[in-house]
Amino acid sequence: MNPISLLHIVVGILLAVTALLVMYRIVKGPTILDRMIASDVMLTTLILVMSTEMALNHHTRTLPVVLVLAGTAVFGSIAVARYVSKQDKAGHPAEPADPGTTELGLTKEEEDAEH
Amino acid sequence: MSPRGPVRFQQAKGERKRGMGEQILEQLPLLVALVLLWLFLWGSFTVVDILMGIFVAVLVTRVFELPPVTLSGRFNPLWLIVFLVDFLWHVILGSIQVAALAFRFGRVAKSAVVEVNLETRSDFVMTLVAIATSLVPGSLILEVDRDKSTLFLHVIDADTPEKIEKARGDVILTERRLLRALGSRDELDRSDARCSAVKR
Amino acid sequence: MPNTSSGDLVDWIVGLLLLAGALLSVAAGVGLLRFPDALSRMHAATKPQILGLICVLAAVALEQGNWQTLLIIIPTLILQMITSPMSAHMIGRAGYRTGNYRRDLIYRDELEDDIERAAHRPE
Repeated sequence: MNPISLLHIVVGILLAVTALLVMYRIVKGPTILDRMIASDVMLTTLILVMSTEMALNHHTRTLPVVLVLAGTAVFGSIAVARYVSKQDKAGHPAEPADPGTTELGLTKEEEDAEH
Repeated sequence: MSPRGPVRFQQAKGERKRGMGEQILEQLPLLVALVLLWLFLWGSFTVVDILMGIFVAVLVTRVFELPPVTLSGRFNPLWLIVFLVDFLWHVILGSIQVAALAFRFGRVAKSAVVEVNLETRSDFVMTLVAIATSLVPGSLILEVDRDKSTLFLHVIDADTPEKIEKARGDVILTERRLLRALGSRDELDRSDARCSAVKR
Repeated sequence: MPNTSSGDLVDWIVGLLLLAGALLSVAAGVGLLRFPDALSRMHAATKPQILGLICVLAAVALEQGNWQTLLIIIPTLILQMITSPMSAHMIGRAGYRTGNYRRDLIYRDELEDDIERAAHRPE
């Protein structure tokens, strides 16, 4: 096996590892913001995978898809971010998806201490 | 957000009552950019494409009308290149720093929320500074106070006063480079005065 | 490929650029996993991937070697560069306002100071 195809296999494995790590964060949460950040990264990873595939297989067929993804990726996170802000302003704090974690536990304690 | 936001928008609306020619001149950079984008996307540069691009650009700016972006009228391509090179260097350096931080085991990175007061009053320059700062890894814009031209950054791995000052200095330097490239003269002078005062 | 040795070199450069992109991507994934709160994860998530995207798209352009590809790649990069700070800002602001961060990991909070000063200022 020549070294360049070995390099290509390594690149594929690394991207797959990224997707797995990101998937873990999407499933685990703990808040909707974490999930949104993680799905943003998933989208960028998807763009990277498609571009890598183009470079390896010597074609440019998915380049328009990459362009549109890069342009529209922002809308999802903006929509979710606005929703979280409004929920907070209306007096309903964002519901923790997993109340047992330290992140939210700490914030809650401090909120209690403040009031 | 800011109470003066709507007022500024009204001012912009009032400005729009000026002559048609002036209006088009003011929006010319935006129109040129849109036409270029159109041509890039089609990948061809024929006369029909250019005319179609101009038509679509005018249509888009008419239908989705926004307050015009006011430019200072100064433009220095040399300083723009300096800014871009420096910006790219910071992106590379910062990416590697954040990547190293992710792999560093043992201790958790502390972060800080830093207030940076900018000299510029121009929305355009402020937006560019914010975008450039956001893209440099390690800093993230949390809040913008448009009236006072103040940015609030979240800086990762800033647990000493020196690191905080460095982050602040970086943003001010970015602003100064951008002002040199396309800011107005007196804002640049104020920024110069401030930077030389800091150095002493 | 007109000439094998230069084609080989291009293949190597393309491979290394792809490797750099993949490594930065993994760094983003690891950072996403290991950083303690939403605001820190935001840093890990978006920033190294911009450089990764630059590397990978540069590899595509280099591999194709024609200007039509470059003409689509440049708007792609510019779009990504303009839009990703927007989403980072929106999520960061929402995270800060809803308190989705660990106070004990904030070394100094000048925004909080500013809000307090505004609250105590006589009208």
